[in-house]
Amino acid sequence: MDKQTDTLMKDSQKKAVTMTGAQAVMESLVNEGVEILFGYPGGAIMPVYDALYSYSEKLNHILVRHEQGAVHAAQGYARATGKVGICLVTSGPAATNAVTGIADAMIDSTPVVVISGQVGSALLGTDAFQETDVVGITQPVTKWNYQITRADEIPWAMARAFYIARSGRPGPVLLDITKDAQFGSLEYIYKPAISVRSYTPYPIIDPGQVEEAARLINFAKKPLALIGQGVVIAGAEAELKKFLEKTGIPAAQTLLGLSALPSDHKLNVGGLGMHGNYGPNLKTNECDLIIGIGMRFDDRVTADTRRYATNAKIIHMDIDPAEINKIIHADAPILGNVKESLPMLTSRVSKNDHKKWVEEFHACYRIEYERLIERELYPDKPVITMAEVVRRVSDAFNDDAIMVTDVGQHQMVAWRYFKFRQSRSVITSGGLGTMGFGLPAAIGAKLGRPDRPVCLFVGDGGLQMTIQELGTIYQSKVPVKIVLLNNNFLGMVRQWQELFFDLRYASTELVNPDFQTISKGYFIPSAKVTKREELDKAIKKMVSTDGPFLLEVVVEKEGNVFPMVPAGASVEDILLE
Amino acid sequence: MRQEFTLTIFSENRVGILNQITTVFTRRHINIESLTTSESAIEGIHKFTIVIYSTREEVDLLVKQVEKRIDVLKAYSFSQDEIIYQEIALYKVPTAALFEGNEIEKLVRQYGARILEMTAEYAVIEKTGHKHETQELFEKLDPYGVTQFTRSGRVAINRLKKEPLNSYLRKLDKNDVKPDVEIDTQL
Repeated sequence: MDKQTDTLMKDSQKKAVTMTGAQAVMESLVNEGVEILFGYPGGAIMPVYDALYSYSEKLNHILVRHEQGAVHAAQGYARATGKVGICLVTSGPAATNAVTGIADAMIDSTPVVVISGQVGSALLGTDAFQETDVVGITQPVTKWNYQITRADEIPWAMARAFYIARSGRPGPVLLDITKDAQFGSLEYIYKPAISVRSYTPYPIIDPGQVEEAARLINFAKKPLALIGQGVVIAGAEAELKKFLEKTGIPAAQTLLGLSALPSDHKLNVGGLGMHGNYGPNLKTNECDLIIGIGMRFDDRVTADTRRYATNAKIIHMDIDPAEINKIIHADAPILGNVKESLPMLTSRVSKNDHKKWVEEFHACYRIEYERLIERELYPDKPVITMAEVVRRVSDAFNDDAIMVTDVGQHQMVAWRYFKFRQSRSVITSGGLGTMGFGLPAAIGAKLGRPDRPVCLFVGDGGLQMTIQELGTIYQSKVPVKIVLLNNNFLGMVRQWQELFFDLRYASTELVNPDFQTISKGYFIPSAKVTKREELDKAIKKMVSTDGPFLLEVVVEKEGNVFPMVPAGASVEDILLE
Repeated sequence: MRQEFTLTIFSENRVGILNQITTVFTRRHINIESLTTSESAIEGIHKFTIVIYSTREEVDLLVKQVEKRIDVLKAYSFSQDEIIYQEIALYKVPTAALFEGNEIEKLVRQYGARILEMTAEYAVIEKTGHKHETQELFEKLDPYGVTQFTRSGRVAINRLKKEPLNSYLRKLDKNDVKPDVEIDTQL
């Protein structure tokens, strides 16, 4: 960093300092404790990039290969660390490229701040070169967005953006900065936002609601807790454990709630929803109490809502008032941060033990194991299954890696068979189901948590949606382990075609390139496995290789993911085969 | 049961706030029957009055979705009997028609309307009332050659003793949540 910038930075926290809007963006990032940002330069953001040149010691900019990758990387970073992920992109096509990532962050409550350049304010609305109404376009998929047209708005808007993105139910914020605002000058002084009057991120918990919920819990004979990402976001894993261990209530997880509870916890009864475990789905309609904790009763969890939890009272704990009664009517809602509400609830419930009830879930698991899991993990046919790869990789990482996935069959299989010891170990696109999420998200996760192994599972379809980010891995030397489960099909769509569309495989078969050659082009070491006996050795090589590695495993071409709750069915209609 | 609901929404006065609010309805395929917006009684706070057809359950969810927008302070929903509301309609008729008998004058009296402006060519009649009333007058006037007819959106006042927003703002004070007006005024 040059001397001038260094002095500027030190002064700016105490008294107002004159600087350009572009410098103010950098200063604000530093003031918010940002260390890393993901981006791609272009015309309308050039003043900010020019300022970044002087901040290269404080701010590590990762040059991605496509703006969608920048947002997914920022998401991966945010999900792995709990901090806000930052993206820097230019106007027009760059901003529209970022939209998919922004929408993904919105539906999965991921704190991301996207800074986009914009044409000069005098050109707004004139169809100028690379002008697009990015504030209009991203309005429904951002928690908040704002167009900055004057340099002196920057510290205020930046402080607000960070505060809104990370507080309450987190989400993406987009700031669109016109070029003249970047060039303009201001008297910079940074005041972090501590509140916004029209926004209540942490609703005050009503003790009456907690009392009512405790009463239902104390009476329940067959309760089930549903753990969502809200527990992870709130950092309430320990509070959750205390609650479960005191009450003895079995717990199942949503796609994004996985890893909030260690895989081997005695009350962990598995995954929920369409490809979740047999017990939690089958038993839902037997439950007399369902306790949703930081989850939103997504349609992939509930299946047909009219035939969901038919005998159960519902306790719904969530920080977002709009989630209460949105899908499932809550008999006892507890609005608020689960980090606070869980201990309040724990102190009011009686100590209990639902041993017999929990045993029923274990019995269901044994059925699932005998009829399904065993042949997935230890198949008696020569073709390799996705499940055996996932479990062996999990083993090789001592069940303690951050698992990133793309979207599709491999995602469901990885989610089912990878094991976890600590929280924030699952990074996957849940709500939006964005193919192409995995590779860039893994980059962000690894840069956020260099101390933990990051292992990506990706399909041959999804990999090719953001395959250019292999360039980012090479340039920025990101030691991501990539496991490509290649079936030369868009597997999940093919599975639906097989089951629900008379085997009419419309445009789902892929004629793929040689992934080894592509990997070689990016100087990333790789291995390809087609036979079971080669698998362990290749996994060992991947784990022991310093730096990134691509392991391609050719898996069963027409394998199906089971169990499955067919669309429109009830959770209890779950199919094992 | 589907019925008419009037939503009153209070927000910060920011560029794009109308879009923020309307997309909540658009996304759920709900048609907006009427929309009126202007500054509220509280300086710097904007008020929207939106009329939709819906069910109580759906409206309750919509209100929460609207309130979820960061720039929205508070949203309320009212069924028809919980509010007093009014609309205004303007009718332009040829001046000549007024002199061909006293039918138009009779209608103006009968409907409690009034003549706002009269020139050699046309007269502008104003009527306030509910939609079916302003519509009825239009249908009565039309045979005399209404050349323009326009109707406003709804304005509404609730039957509660006090504006609920005031107590909401006071509650914010009590919870010691500092408004960011101070920072806002620097813009």
